[in-house]
Amino acid sequence: MTIFRLTVNETAVEVDVPGMRRLLDVLRDELALTGTKEGCGEGECGACTVLLDGAPVVACLVPICQAEGAVVRTVEGLAGPAHQLDALQAAFLETGGAQCGICTPGMLMSAQAYLDAGGGPDDGAIRDAIAGNLCRCTGYTKIIEAIALAASGRVVRAE
Amino acid sequence: MPVEPPVSSPSSLVEAYAAMAEFPPARPIAGGTDLMVALTGELGQPPERIVDLWHLDALRGISADGEALTIGALTTYTEVRRSALCREHLPGLVEAAATIGATQIQNRGTLGGNIANASPAGDTLPVWLAMDATFSLGSIRGERTVRAADFWIDYRRTALQPDELLLRIRVPLANGQEMRYRKVGTRRAQAISKVVIALAWREIPGVDGWTDVRVALGSVAATPIRARATEVAMEGRWPIPETADLAAETLAAEIHPIDDVRSTAEYRRIVSARVLHRLIREAGGW
Amino acid sequence: MTTRTASPGAIVIQPGTIAPGRARGVAPLRREGPAKLTGAARYTDDLVFPGAWYGLTVRSTDAHARFVALDLDPVFDWSTIVVATSADIPGDNIVSSIKSDQPILVPVGGEIQHHAEPLALLAAPDRATLRAARRHLRVRTDPLPPVFDPLVSEHEFAHYAIGVGDVDGAFAAADLILEGEYRVGHQEQLYIENNAMIAVPREDGGVAVHGSLQCPYYVHAALKRGLALDDEQAQVIQAETGGGFGGKEDFPSVIGLHAALLARKAGRPVRMIYDRHEDIAATTKRHPAIVRHRTGVTLDGRLVAQDIEVIMDGGAYCTLTPVVLSRGALHSGGPYRCPNVRIRARATRTNTPPNGAFRGFGAPQVEFAAETHLNRIAEALELSPLEIRRRNLYRPGDVTPTGQVLRDSVAAEEVLERAVEAAEFERLRTRLRSARRGRDGSGAIPGSPLRTGTQRLASGIGLALAWHGAGFTGSGEVHLASVASVELTAAGEIRILTASTEMGQGTRTILPQLVAEALDVPFDAVEIAPQDTAFVPDSGPTVASRTSMVVGGLLIRAAQRLRAQVEAATGGRFAETYRDHAASHGAIRIDQRFEPYPGVPFDDATYTGDAYPAFGWAACVARVDVDLDTGEVHVRDVVAADDIGRVIHPILAEGQVEGGTLQAVGYATIEEIKLRDGRYLNDRLATYIIPTALDAPRISTILVEAPFGSVPHGAKGVGELPMDVGAPAVVAAIADATGVWIGDLPASPERILAAMAGLPAVAGLRPGASEPA
Repeated sequence: MTIFRLTVNETAVEVDVPGMRRLLDVLRDELALTGTKEGCGEGECGACTVLLDGAPVVACLVPICQAEGAVVRTVEGLAGPAHQLDALQAAFLETGGAQCGICTPGMLMSAQAYLDAGGGPDDGAIRDAIAGNLCRCTGYTKIIEAIALAASGRVVRAE
Repeated sequence: MPVEPPVSSPSSLVEAYAAMAEFPPARPIAGGTDLMVALTGELGQPPERIVDLWHLDALRGISADGEALTIGALTTYTEVRRSALCREHLPGLVEAAATIGATQIQNRGTLGGNIANASPAGDTLPVWLAMDATFSLGSIRGERTVRAADFWIDYRRTALQPDELLLRIRVPLANGQEMRYRKVGTRRAQAISKVVIALAWREIPGVDGWTDVRVALGSVAATPIRARATEVAMEGRWPIPETADLAAETLAAEIHPIDDVRSTAEYRRIVSARVLHRLIREAGGW
Repeated sequence: MTTRTASPGAIVIQPGTIAPGRARGVAPLRREGPAKLTGAARYTDDLVFPGAWYGLTVRSTDAHARFVALDLDPVFDWSTIVVATSADIPGDNIVSSIKSDQPILVPVGGEIQHHAEPLALLAAPDRATLRAARRHLRVRTDPLPPVFDPLVSEHEFAHYAIGVGDVDGAFAAADLILEGEYRVGHQEQLYIENNAMIAVPREDGGVAVHGSLQCPYYVHAALKRGLALDDEQAQVIQAETGGGFGGKEDFPSVIGLHAALLARKAGRPVRMIYDRHEDIAATTKRHPAIVRHRTGVTLDGRLVAQDIEVIMDGGAYCTLTPVVLSRGALHSGGPYRCPNVRIRARATRTNTPPNGAFRGFGAPQVEFAAETHLNRIAEALELSPLEIRRRNLYRPGDVTPTGQVLRDSVAAEEVLERAVEAAEFERLRTRLRSARRGRDGSGAIPGSPLRTGTQRLASGIGLALAWHGAGFTGSGEVHLASVASVELTAAGEIRILTASTEMGQGTRTILPQLVAEALDVPFDAVEIAPQDTAFVPDSGPTVASRTSMVVGGLLIRAAQRLRAQVEAATGGRFAETYRDHAASHGAIRIDQRFEPYPGVPFDDATYTGDAYPAFGWAACVARVDVDLDTGEVHVRDVVAADDIGRVIHPILAEGQVEGGTLQAVGYATIEEIKLRDGRYLNDRLATYIIPTALDAPRISTILVEAPFGSVPHGAKGVGELPMDVGAPAVVAAIADATGVWIGDLPASPERILAAMAGLPAVAGLRPGASEPA
């Protein structure tokens, strides 16, 4: 067991775990941040997507020893301090981009990275940005609508 | 729930070599996109000990001198795609990097991992064969170079000694070299290849036909291969229909793919030939 | 183009609008949406139970064998582990279902019937100990000869025969007879949340099970029988569920029983959370099927005779197979008028994991065959696929092969015309045809299969039409005798009590919408109680597209009765008086029990009568690009027109059409399970592939309403209809692009290239076949 220090959702944290513990397990178990989900454990479904130093990665494939000193952002870090939905989340709510919701946290993180990098409301570019996030409920249609809506800056109705 | 073997995270190459030389034998981890899946235990025995390479900045960076491009083994696919040097000198590699996984995998997967993991379906591997790349390997005994053509020995077995690390890749920048790349995957992203092919050649002024033809394939053998008979058949010929037909027939006769969960042997054989035919057709503009 | 509306009252919902006569205001936001968007929603694996142990299932690696012994290595300290075998089952060692043939755990000495069959259970305080225990446990078996071919199997789960008219006489008089055989393989539901259950012992000796599930009362019944518990001792609480699609209809009974047995023996909570590999390897799939058509038509394309044979592979145990087969048989002719029909359907047992429910439930398999066959007939007659459907589709007053008169709510023509209009089907089809004439390399590959043509991509467009019986087949709803309730609490809260679960399809939003509308109160004034069998009545399973139609109907009636009662007591409007009335008079609870819809009862013996109270109708136009070098298919766009009776929530309804359509596209193109020795080879997400966002087409949805008159709101259900029609539309588009008809699903690149080149070896095994070890 070793102590690893990183920043998660703007909070400095310290965990004492084996170095090969998956970042996914550190988030869900040690830090009780269960918003990030495990869908496959093999990096295929994207449900565990988080931002690691701003880049979307699948947390099931990152050992904590490689996240030492990193800045991590999860779905819990998107909303405001009083749980106000951010523009992207509000867009998903508006268009119906979440059905069962299990893919949603990872999908939001990939979408957030796309928007942070200046991504626009282009169908093809959005599909490419979320190609690593599987959804079985929506057919992706309203997810893409939501991301395009957020990209266009015309989001209304944040709760 | 996966196993969690003991891991050390050296911060210098010297430390890394020492860690690799310890006992029991260790598996190195780069971006983790292959090794972390192996820890689930579904794909055979997980490794007993791991050496984490992620902090070794000596294994990063892309540079060019007049003669060659040198790429650090820890270069990720995203870094390849964004690299101006790669885009200029190795567009085929950039194309290959774009076909791997999706954004999340590209942000973490490394060229060194792809090479050392030695999957017969490794998407960048035919590129190294087609470009006559050489790999620098290092250990407590020092550094040595191995040609890509000599690196993959058998199914998931490479020229790496158990305590050796892949350090960097060197790609000669031959004048006038062209490369074309095509991966036929199982879907349009997050896909393992059924067939992957890299075709390279040079056109030398005053010399008739293509020179130094390279036809490299993945997913049709236990290792990535060069189709030598096909290369011979194409050497010195222009990319006209007769050449394409001959190359396709030679390739179909030369390779011996297998049936597996993804595809059939016959599909791989026929599609490898058709893809090569198409690449030659496109190069010849007919 | 003028629209002909055959069904009076069938209207089309323009995207983004609410039709007249509907609930006021904008359709509400998904009730549990914010929780799902912030990571606050708690799925089973997110739940914390202090002191919980972890459970693991020991499974067979043989497809068919005698279970000889379970050897526990004495070097391991077994006192730290709980081991449960069939000897620990206090009730019946049976997973409660239609037939009582599936054991909870195979007993030592008993017969293993499929790969991955549960043999024993382990629980330990942590996963490392669990893993170590598993390594020190050995299963000994004596192999028995397996049967993998449903055509060869002699053990039948069910069979049905439907017949009308004189089929043989009609064939003798037909102008053209076309035969075809179509095969479909397994499809995995691939909910992104794996099966998960946590069982917690109760103080009364019972067990409370929290889990990912669709049907709390199915699990409840299973627990009662397997653990010998009464109604109260067995408690099932649905957690937020990450997708079901039928895959969590009956399987949760199995994993729930396993978790409960361990919890009971360990005396503490036990977590049973499957990983993806185990979930794919061990849980139910869509039934593979072989469907044979022999069809007689006139030269102008009218159906005069249909002789249809359906064979389904049930896997090792019966589970829901008789009902899947029934729905398959009843839908196998397609939504077409034909006076002479013979349908023979049977389902047999093989030594593969049991198959079960998956969106469509037998209809996608048979409608793929029916639609593809009809499209081939159209081609043979040089009729357009649109025209042949116009000439044969059901209209009000037509009679189905079971003798059901389609009195109302028939919108086959409406959805067909809407879809082809929106997709510009005829114009595009003609344009693509002309483009193809000027090109070599279309259709069969000329000359050497190693040679490419000038053009690499070929585009095609395809059409299909489907029907889907709403609700349970035949007397199913009567047998279910569902109850749903509306309660006005003493504190003045309006609560819905139902066992219908939310799994993304919108239950938690549309049921309060319907009740709010009936009570004329704001949407936010109506709550829905958690799906906990301790508190909610059995309103039946969340399957069969019955939630809005049947349960919604019950809740509207209950709300109407509540409203009448309060208004009669207060003399004022419900909305203004209910809070005060509750405060002064206490709680009121209205239970509404299902009553049969008017119509001709279904006779299970003769398979005649009204098979379903109403049918939903769907049409689909798909456009594809096919890579002629490799056979790869890209489905570019899909227009889906679905009649769902009544659109309660346009965005949620569109979501169902879009999601179902993509599952059908996956079924048609890339979702495949190969088997070796009765074991699934595609048992990880790297090998069982579903469409990514780059694979997915653009989907345009047209919602049509042809209301069902016997429920107050007219809804007929939406979830499964889009699944029935997508695959044949894609396959028809592939045929349009390449000239080859693929009768096996998925229409993989291997099968397409094999057909184009005339090289069967390229295709590999047929769907559902098991290669030898």
